[in-house]
Amino acid sequence: MIIQQLSIFLNNEIGRFTEVTRILAEAGVNLQAFTLSEVSDFGILRLITDDNDKAIATLQAHSYAVSTTDVVYIELPDHPGTLAKSIEKLSDAGISVEYMYAFSQGNTASVVIRTNDVRQCNDVICQ
Amino acid sequence: MYYNEKIETMDRESLRKLQGERLANIVKHTYENVEFYRKRMDEAGVKPSDIRSIDDISKLPFMQKQDLRDYYPFGTFAAPMKDIVRFHASSGTTGKPIVAGYTQKDLDNWSEGVARCLTAYGATKEDIIQVSYGYGLFTGGLGAHDGATRIGAAVLPTSSGNTSKQIMLMKDLGTTVLCCTPSYALFLAESIENDPETNLKEDIKLRFGVFGAEPWTENMRKELEAKLNIKAYDIYGLTEVSGPGVGGECEYQDGTHLWEDLFYPEIIDPVTLQPVEPGQQGELVFTTLTKEGMPVIRYRTRDLTHLNYEKCRCGRTMVRMGRIMGRSDDMLIIRGVNVFPSQIESVILEIPEFTGQYFVTVDRVNNIDTFQVDVELRPEYYGDDMGRMLRLKDRLVGRLVSVLGIRPEIRIVEPNSITRSQGKAKHVLDKRLLNP
Ligand SMILES: [Zn+2]
Repeated sequence: MIIQQLSIFLNNEIGRFTEVTRILAEAGVNLQAFTLSEVSDFGILRLITDDNDKAIATLQAHSYAVSTTDVVYIELPDHPGTLAKSIEKLSDAGISVEYMYAFSQGNTASVVIRTNDVRQCNDVICQ
Repeated sequence: MYYNEKIETMDRESLRKLQGERLANIVKHTYENVEFYRKRMDEAGVKPSDIRSIDDISKLPFMQKQDLRDYYPFGTFAAPMKDIVRFHASSGTTGKPIVAGYTQKDLDNWSEGVARCLTAYGATKEDIIQVSYGYGLFTGGLGAHDGATRIGAAVLPTSSGNTSKQIMLMKDLGTTVLCCTPSYALFLAESIENDPETNLKEDIKLRFGVFGAEPWTENMRKELEAKLNIKAYDIYGLTEVSGPGVGGECEYQDGTHLWEDLFYPEIIDPVTLQPVEPGQQGELVFTTLTKEGMPVIRYRTRDLTHLNYEKCRCGRTMVRMGRIMGRSDDMLIIRGVNVFPSQIESVILEIPEFTGQYFVTVDRVNNIDTFQVDVELRPEYYGDDMGRMLRLKDRLVGRLVSVLGIRPEIRIVEPNSITRSQGKAKHVLDKRLLNP
């Protein structure tokens, strides 16, 4: 399904990431998946939460730059081969992935995929 | 229109001859009468007889504000008290002010400088000139007042403050020329805008404004001209040299003509103290060629600007000074290159995706200077697309390299993470000074 991911701009400094997770935990927001991409001077923390509105309000109150992006979110049984199968569908359809990340919880893995055409990606993957 | 056509349009060769004669006089007079100058010239190994033309000025030592403080109050005066007829003082924020003393001849030359400016802007004896500079120790009020009187205009000496009364008199008397600081002019303009009783087009007869005593920009000029429906002209001056009217713009608004027969300007490299190539930016230095009360010789203003010696379309041969771009105290030398924070700021302001907030950190690592500039994006340009932010950064680096001549490390930082300071914002941390 298509869901909204939060992207938070972070200075590339020790402790910024922990700070964000602490703030969100204190506000009672749960993280379902996250990834951190960095270049030399800054990073982008991408989050899937159970309450985006509350997360955005909380982070903005702490002066963080937060934006939302549509991504495709799927849950897969957590055993070998399932992810490869989904990715094959995308490459067969000629869709290139900008980035993706996964988060394993118990018996299922949450996978977040960002492509330039999210709708098409979602159609292909849910077939 | 000229106030003193012979001088203002004098060919440059005759002007240099006049400057040379006047310099020789003032050097001889100060050497013989003022201990400060005698001491400094002896230390530099220069004698009055060494100064025969204006080019010889480069042999003379510089002086600066601290010298005027050290010799407070009368130590650099060159006339006896019986000849001093006026004092003014600078508005220093701490410690002793700079006190300037003027003889009658000094006041006459000062008012002539202002009269030349007013005439160049187009003022005549028909004009009603409202002087909203402060009257008192500050040179602005009385300086503009005497110049306006000199051309025979009607002076309305409102001084600063009491804005509603200023507007009332401006309307009732039909003021045609306004003299004040550009920031007060903006405040007046906004007050007129918000005053339901006043209609700018019908009630206000202003033709032009004479703005000075603080640096201002072309954007402020445009704003003032639009808001007050006037032409806005620059007037330049400083208490140490005289007061307002050291120079002013002409109708072409293409540089501030300096009255070089009275005040000789030089531009030097603030580090090497050598003259820069004509037209290059550097620190402005003044020598008063006729002052009697408190002359200055090679006085370092700390103002950064450049001089244009081309003859102006107005017919004046007097050199034109560019906008004041900052203070030489702020200059950084990074890997041997002179860098001014004002240059960095103007580049950042050119790229609309950045907020204009910046912070420069200079350090020395393994004997190499590091040069880092932190910048913030406007909120809408932070996002998920890392590539776009990196491209913005590259664009800024490219512009800075071409303007500064060296490559800074740019760091995009979180919104509002660069400290906003009030007043003279502090934009630089030079760590080389902490651990030399
Ligand atoms: Zn001109």
